[in-house]
Amino acid sequence: MIRTAAPRRGAPRTGVDWFLAFLRVAALTVIAVGLMAFIWQEIDADNPFARVVNPDATGLSGAQFRGLIVSGVAQGCMYGLIALGYSMVYGVLGFINFAHGEVFMVGAMTGMITSNKLADAGWWESNFIGSLLLIVIISMIVCTLTAVIMERVAYRPLRGSPRLIPLITSIGVSFFIQNAALVLLGPTAKVYPDVPDWVKDKHTFLQIEGARILVVVVSLVSMAVLWYLVEHTKGGKAMRAVAEDAEIAALMGINVNRTIVRVFAVGGAMAGLAGILWGILFRSVTHLTGFLPGIKAFSAAVVGGIGHLGGSMAGGISIGVAESVGPLLILEPLGVSGVSQLRDAVAFAMLIGVLLIRPSGIFGERLPAEDRT
Amino acid sequence: MTDSNSPEVAASEPGPDLTPGGTPDTPGTPGVADLAEAGETDETLLSPPRPVFAQNWKRILSMGAVGVGAQIFLALSNMPLRLDDRLLIKPILSLGYVSLLFVPFIAGNRVGHQIQREGIPMHAAGLHEIFGGVICGVIAGGGVSLLSVLLVNFDLREPLVNWSPMLAELLAFGNSTAFAVFIWLLLGGLAGAAGGAMRLVNPKARRVVVTMVLTVGFISVLESLVMDLAEGLRFEWLTERVYARRGGLNWNWALILAAFSGLVAMLTRGRVRQAREHIASLEGASRARTNFGLIILTGAILVILPLFLGKFTNELLANVGLFVLLALGLNVVVGLAGILDLGYVAFFAVGSYSAAVLTAATSPRINPEMPWLVALIFVVVITGLVGLFIGAPVIRMRGDYLAIVTLGFGEIIRLLFLSDWLADTFGGSQGITMIPGAGIFGLGSVSGTEPRNVFYLVLAFCALAIYISWRLERSRLGRAWMAVREDETVAEAMGINTVNVKLMAFVVGAILGSFSGAIFSAKVGSVFPNSFLILVSIVILVVVIFGGMGSIPGVIAGSAVLIGVLGGPRQPGLLSEFSEYKLLIYGALLIWMMLARPEGLIPSVRRSRELHQQEIAQDSWLREQLDEEAESTAGNDQPARATA
Repeated sequence: MIRTAAPRRGAPRTGVDWFLAFLRVAALTVIAVGLMAFIWQEIDADNPFARVVNPDATGLSGAQFRGLIVSGVAQGCMYGLIALGYSMVYGVLGFINFAHGEVFMVGAMTGMITSNKLADAGWWESNFIGSLLLIVIISMIVCTLTAVIMERVAYRPLRGSPRLIPLITSIGVSFFIQNAALVLLGPTAKVYPDVPDWVKDKHTFLQIEGARILVVVVSLVSMAVLWYLVEHTKGGKAMRAVAEDAEIAALMGINVNRTIVRVFAVGGAMAGLAGILWGILFRSVTHLTGFLPGIKAFSAAVVGGIGHLGGSMAGGISIGVAESVGPLLILEPLGVSGVSQLRDAVAFAMLIGVLLIRPSGIFGERLPAEDRT
Repeated sequence: MTDSNSPEVAASEPGPDLTPGGTPDTPGTPGVADLAEAGETDETLLSPPRPVFAQNWKRILSMGAVGVGAQIFLALSNMPLRLDDRLLIKPILSLGYVSLLFVPFIAGNRVGHQIQREGIPMHAAGLHEIFGGVICGVIAGGGVSLLSVLLVNFDLREPLVNWSPMLAELLAFGNSTAFAVFIWLLLGGLAGAAGGAMRLVNPKARRVVVTMVLTVGFISVLESLVMDLAEGLRFEWLTERVYARRGGLNWNWALILAAFSGLVAMLTRGRVRQAREHIASLEGASRARTNFGLIILTGAILVILPLFLGKFTNELLANVGLFVLLALGLNVVVGLAGILDLGYVAFFAVGSYSAAVLTAATSPRINPEMPWLVALIFVVVITGLVGLFIGAPVIRMRGDYLAIVTLGFGEIIRLLFLSDWLADTFGGSQGITMIPGAGIFGLGSVSGTEPRNVFYLVLAFCALAIYISWRLERSRLGRAWMAVREDETVAEAMGINTVNVKLMAFVVGAILGSFSGAIFSAKVGSVFPNSFLILVSIVILVVVIFGGMGSIPGVIAGSAVLIGVLGGPRQPGLLSEFSEYKLLIYGALLIWMMLARPEGLIPSVRRSRELHQQEIAQDSWLREQLDEEAESTAGNDQPARATA
């Protein structure tokens, strides 16, 4: 039985259906009106609508707009990398690994510790690229271990139990890792060492910071590598087979346990990479770093179509751009003040909107695996 | 049959029940418990103990490694240092050292698990278990030894905030490092041996030992509560002797208490269970009478007791009561209807804010300054509507999506209260302050300065909420909720309108949460967006799961134990030393509960049957097989066990 927010074919029947239909229309109307108001405001800042609704609107300059898009894309790439972990685990085991965001935090923390040690030794300045590679490798290893241990301790014994039970467990794992980091490393924000100038400078005609270019390039490359691994290697084939049907896969001689461990390992490695990129971009990390990006990355996985690799990246970029541009593009022209505080709200609203309008996500032509049950 | 994951092992080995407040004889699932009993009483038919050195070395090593990790983590989390001031028994034992001895004990106990085949132990326990426990305990204790050596020789204070010479000194009991290495190997071995030895004593003796340890533990840990009670009930003359001046029990009194509780446990052995079974077996009018009597008794105690308690304890009770209200509300949503709502804090927030806006004169835009009780009506309506509004879009989603989306809603609502956009209504990050207390029919105002009155108010609402959930559980709607929880498709086929039924759960949960919110704002006198973090939702969820999803007594016990002892997200508990670690403990508890006891502390019978359906079926199948086997092989040359 498929239970999604998808409307049934035909006219709405119950009160809830009417309400949902109303919500969908209302959401689309807000977006449309906001967009039109924005465009009007860009054409003529003193138009009658703006005069009533948002008198001190200034509009966005081209450079501002470009900056928002770029930062949104860079952030979105990181969400995409994290989302891969959610998406793959969901594809194979059919539950949301709530603690995956904390694996990302562990990666950022590991990067912080190792890079500071490298900076003390003087290698960080003298050989930035080499040190970066080193901390990426260490962080990926640590995150892989974290994810694999997590699977072994908390999830494997629960395989086959009702679906909400591993989800609740993963909330516990998330809480545990977060607070373990708090008690071990303290509550203060930890800082990455200073990065070389070329990372901070703006490059090319688009005036993009080096760090953002780095983030986007690294994400896309690792995404491509992962795509190759999943689509063209034997291990990847096993993953897809287990995602399709674990029982049949086992009958075909695939070691299901090992495949699931691999899925966690790959997801963890990607989260570790994302953690380093986060550190390079924002240079500061706390024990709470993993929570919101984790949930947004999950939203990204859903928006892109859960279980779909390319979808994760696309979803991540959409969420990133939406939360960076959305408030200014849609909410501010509608007269909402202090819009930058509503970034997170926009990201969550996008998740809700997607689940209301198209629950299978952008690329989710195939229904998620667990609907078979 | 591998290890402790198998249901039989888990069921037949309650082990030293170390959950606070957990009685070792809590009735589990009927089938599993029966089998466990059978396994325990079968001792005469066991094979002789295993040889001492025939250990499962791989298991010992892996358990030991886990122990080493746990020890190092515990030590570096600063727990020993922080808890060192909390003396349990003066002058020998502080909570800090107990936390470090706990790991080898558990490891030593767990490593000596019995080989079980088809739910029945194969060997009698013997020196084998103790030896395994010692080895495992030594390895785990070696974790602390290793750490003491590392602490002296390396400086990792950069990332690890608790890496300090003070810790090294504490671990070495103020002596040299070599002493620390030696003493922790020794202590680990002893604790491991004790853990292993727990396997040798028969269950009845074990119960007595556990009771003794728990009694001493509780009385020393709950010192501030006992002191407060003593002041009110005038038995300071006793507590002055029992407790040392700087906290902790005097050792001679610890011995007296242990002996006394052991004696009581020995004398009442089995009686408690008998009484409980007797009550459970009552039917009809006498059952109702007994229940009524028990409820009246509990109510009377709860009404009279606070009169003798100080401010601190009443405040604590009021906090516990607020969380009981919240947990009862979430219990309707999660426990009865099976909807995992991670944004439950939203209703708490809406309840608090609407009460604040309606009653406070300082509320920025809308300030009708209603009396609290009048405002409550509006609060309930508003929160119910919000429940409907949040519920309607999410209700058709699958369970796990729903969880994340409700979490999103919870965060959106907090962000809206925080935002500048709505700041001229809700005060933004400044919140709303100077909220007047709750005036009750001219009986005086209930506000935070009078925790006792707050507690009575909370108690009244708790009684109301308990009554509502109790009636609902047995109503048509309640049965529909449980049907939806168990199988939505079947429920729909039975003619239940699942969407409406689930929405009702949302609304009822929201309304119960709004009571708590309204009392909270009157009690604290101010509301800020930061009181309503997602964290609160998760803590309430832990309370519900720890207590037992769908079980009203469970939820109450869960709040009392967790919020009362460890403390809420912002509220201090009895063990204020634990405030840094309570969230860590909540996380670990959530994992552990899900792995070991998903039905909770005081399970609802129906719910645990659902969870263990498979195991019960499996057990009865196994038993049938065994019986058949026994019949077919009777008289043949078979191991004694098979002919049982």
